[in-house]
Amino acid sequence: MTILGLTAVVLGVSLAAGFLGALTGLGGGVVIVPFLTLALGVDIRYAIGASLVSVIATSSGAASAYVKEGFSNIRVGMFLEVGTTLGAIAGAFLAAVVSPPVIAVVFGSVLIVNVFFSFAKHSDAPSPLPVPSDRLTARLRLDGEYPSLRGRVAYHVRRVPAGLGLMSVAGALSGLLGIGSGALKVIAMDRVMGIPFKVSTATSNFMIGVTAASSAGIYLHRGYIDPGLTMPVMLGVLAGSVLGTRVLVRTPTRHLRLLFDVVIFLLGVEMIFNGLTGKL
Amino acid sequence: MDSPENSRPESGHGWTGDQVDRIISNLLRLGLVLSAAVVAVGAAIYLARHGNQATAYRVFRGEPPDFRLVENIFTAGTRFRGRGFIMAGLLLLIATPVARVAFSVLAFLRQRDHIFAAVTIFVLAVLLFSIFWLGVR
Repeated sequence: MTILGLTAVVLGVSLAAGFLGALTGLGGGVVIVPFLTLALGVDIRYAIGASLVSVIATSSGAASAYVKEGFSNIRVGMFLEVGTTLGAIAGAFLAAVVSPPVIAVVFGSVLIVNVFFSFAKHSDAPSPLPVPSDRLTARLRLDGEYPSLRGRVAYHVRRVPAGLGLMSVAGALSGLLGIGSGALKVIAMDRVMGIPFKVSTATSNFMIGVTAASSAGIYLHRGYIDPGLTMPVMLGVLAGSVLGTRVLVRTPTRHLRLLFDVVIFLLGVEMIFNGLTGKL
Repeated sequence: MDSPENSRPESGHGWTGDQVDRIISNLLRLGLVLSAAVVAVGAAIYLARHGNQATAYRVFRGEPPDFRLVENIFTAGTRFRGRGFIMAGLLLLIATPVARVAFSVLAFLRQRDHIFAAVTIFVLAVLLFSIFWLGVR
């Protein structure tokens, strides 16, 4: 394939991935690595390098919008970034030691787990206010409020140490696989720390850029970030997610989400299969 | 710095929360637009010069030293043209969240929130350490 041909194909697929990722809230980066490795035969190290950089672009775009609307809890995000950045550095070092087939199997497993979690229900209601905050939460002043149709809604934040622990795992997976680990970040805040789902999503987007930037340095120094391959991935995913956010308001996403889940599940199975048979 | 907003009592300790949110939001968008523009310029040059060549991503060889070190990438722009431009744009993209953290340090210091200033300085140090030194061979 010529460079022009590859650029066109990767740009098109990245555009679709970014679009679907924004519509379904799953993030587009998660299908980029399987696509590059399985369909185009790209070495997985170049693929995770390109994916990681595109993750920073979508995070910056989404975070810019959410922060302005007042959904992100910046204090929670900043504090948990201690865990995600350290985890991401550990993950990026692991990526250099672990052999590509093992990375492929871990990647496939994460995709499949992601699909199962996306079917589980999330807590829509904010944690009831009478529940007192932890001492740590009070000391760090992590409690917040977010805008809603009925005015500002206050919420408490709980179990900060457990959240911080899960965030380190999310960071490590991000550094190892070149993904945003948005799903795990949302689970840590929504399920464990009792933060409302919408705030969790917005804060996760806010954190993803910093998490990814801390492993991007190591990827860069190891020579994983190729300009020719990363360029169409970054521009495509970015344009797709901007488009996706625009049409999000007037599109029923339930069926789309189901379709995207099926695609991700199949990609996960194929990643594991190819990892085990040594084809990646 | 004696605009009417700054003389309001609630902003006596630096910016208000809403002001910080707005600055962070604009900072992120500015970085994103700037980096996408630089990458797009690089893409046009790169495709015009190398578009008809064959690709070689099946075998991992790693990037040349010019694309591995932050201090080399900006000088490489003059020799590698298209790809050098793209790399410079990607570096701007990576620098955007770093700039956001650096701004947060300033904001927390002005709000005299010492615990969070320390937390943010730690995150900033981890980021800079990783981007400039970690894993360099």
